[in-house]
Amino acid sequence: MSQADLLNQDPVFQLKGSMLAITVLELAHNDLERLEQQLAEKVAQAPNFFSNIPLVLALDKLPAAEGILDLGELMALCRRHGLRTLAIRANREEDIAAALALDIPVLPPSGAREKLVEPVEIAAKRKAEKPPEPVVKPTKVITSPVRGGMQVYAQGGDLIVLAPVSAGAELLADGNIHVYAPMRGRALAGVKGDTKARIFCQQMGAEMLSIAGQYKVSEDLRRDPLWGDAVQVTLSGDVLNITRL
Amino acid sequence: MAKILVVTSGKGGVGKTTTSAAIGTGLALRGHKTVIVDFDVGLRNLDLIMGCERRVVYDFVNVVNGEATLTQALIKDKRLENLYVLAASQTRDKDALTKEGVEKIINELRQTFEYVVCDSPAGIEKGAHLAMYFADEAIVVTNPEVSSVRDSDRMLGLLASKSRRAELNEDPIKEHLLLTRYNPERVQKGEMLGVEDVEEILAIRLLGVIPESQAVLKASNQGVPVILDDQSDAGQAYSDAVDRLLGKEVAHRFLDVKKQGFMQRLFGGRE
Repeated sequence: MSQADLLNQDPVFQLKGSMLAITVLELAHNDLERLEQQLAEKVAQAPNFFSNIPLVLALDKLPAAEGILDLGELMALCRRHGLRTLAIRANREEDIAAALALDIPVLPPSGAREKLVEPVEIAAKRKAEKPPEPVVKPTKVITSPVRGGMQVYAQGGDLIVLAPVSAGAELLADGNIHVYAPMRGRALAGVKGDTKARIFCQQMGAEMLSIAGQYKVSEDLRRDPLWGDAVQVTLSGDVLNITRL
Repeated sequence: MAKILVVTSGKGGVGKTTTSAAIGTGLALRGHKTVIVDFDVGLRNLDLIMGCERRVVYDFVNVVNGEATLTQALIKDKRLENLYVLAASQTRDKDALTKEGVEKIINELRQTFEYVVCDSPAGIEKGAHLAMYFADEAIVVTNPEVSSVRDSDRMLGLLASKSRRAELNEDPIKEHLLLTRYNPERVQKGEMLGVEDVEEILAIRLLGVIPESQAVLKASNQGVPVILDDQSDAGQAYSDAVDRLLGKEVAHRFLDVKKQGFMQRLFGGRE
């Protein structure tokens, strides 16, 4: 096989699935005059939002009694205000026929819930909003033994356990984990990726210790001279450091 | 007020049924009106250990389904005045039990008995869950062996989270540890977990240590609860455990290697 043949086998394209956020303009009435007027007001509020925005025209909520819609005119109207029609969504036959005549794709009517989009100027939003106040996340305190098969998760904060943690139990926290009793289970601190999180054990006999995804299992921990002692575990780079308390 | 006692373990073959029979009989011996209920639907054993297998007419599932009354299904022990057995069904499986059905029977038993001892099946599925769900106290039977300890630990977790008391936010189930098939010689050789090890891992109150004993097998085969064999070490150990369950302070026995006498050492005699 020659070099050229080999190159011919090389794929030229790939098909990929993707989810895109797209604005849907849902038409409630077949009244292009009022649409033009109302759309102009909307665009005036946030001109940047509407410049060359891809759009799906939803005609499936249009009352059947309001007659045939001039799809070409509707698209031209949208175009004038910066909205570029990608496809229409319709279930009336005449709308579908009109779309096909204009060579516009037709999507099936949507059953899913769609949320209302309020076009806002991003710059304006920044000015209006104050920086959020720092929130103190509550610490989760556990006073009864955590047995094998149990899982305790302190979301958004620290976890303090004042009773033994058995082998097969799992402690998770977005922040730090403290165990003031024998610790024989698994402890995963900083599960959302906080590399500053720490683990404190009064008696470290853990199956696994992990901070922000970096972990050590019992096989490694047992070799540590501090096995069974009071320790703290910190993360530096991608190395878990175990130091005496 | 009746007390519902569950004998449970998670792991099979550790001595739940032997313990249920011994503890139930021990409570009756001390004058408390007691019923032992076999929750192991499909693998009925308690009647054999209690020696009443030939007198089983109606069982637990019959009562749940309303095919028999509780009075008809309760089997009176021939040896003790105030001891009864409620046998499990051998022909059905654990799905025959429902929470409502079990609750109805437990509530009915509460009226007439001081102690209801529930013999739990192995595992943590429906049968075991229903056996412990209504309990006030639990005896967790554990062998001095790592897998048994791990399963007991899991069971303790379920007692603390999946019982009626836990769901209603009442006082938690009172947990007791009963270590069975204990062999001090093997502990000394390091082949078996010691009492302290198990106590430390499970962190609950030790109710008793039952030594590994020939008497247990003999008693099971004869259908006599081992606690009635007051010559045997296992029988005496169960007796102590019942006393502790009733709140007496009794020192633990059979924890150390027996000192062999001179003659025994010479001839290597066995008990």
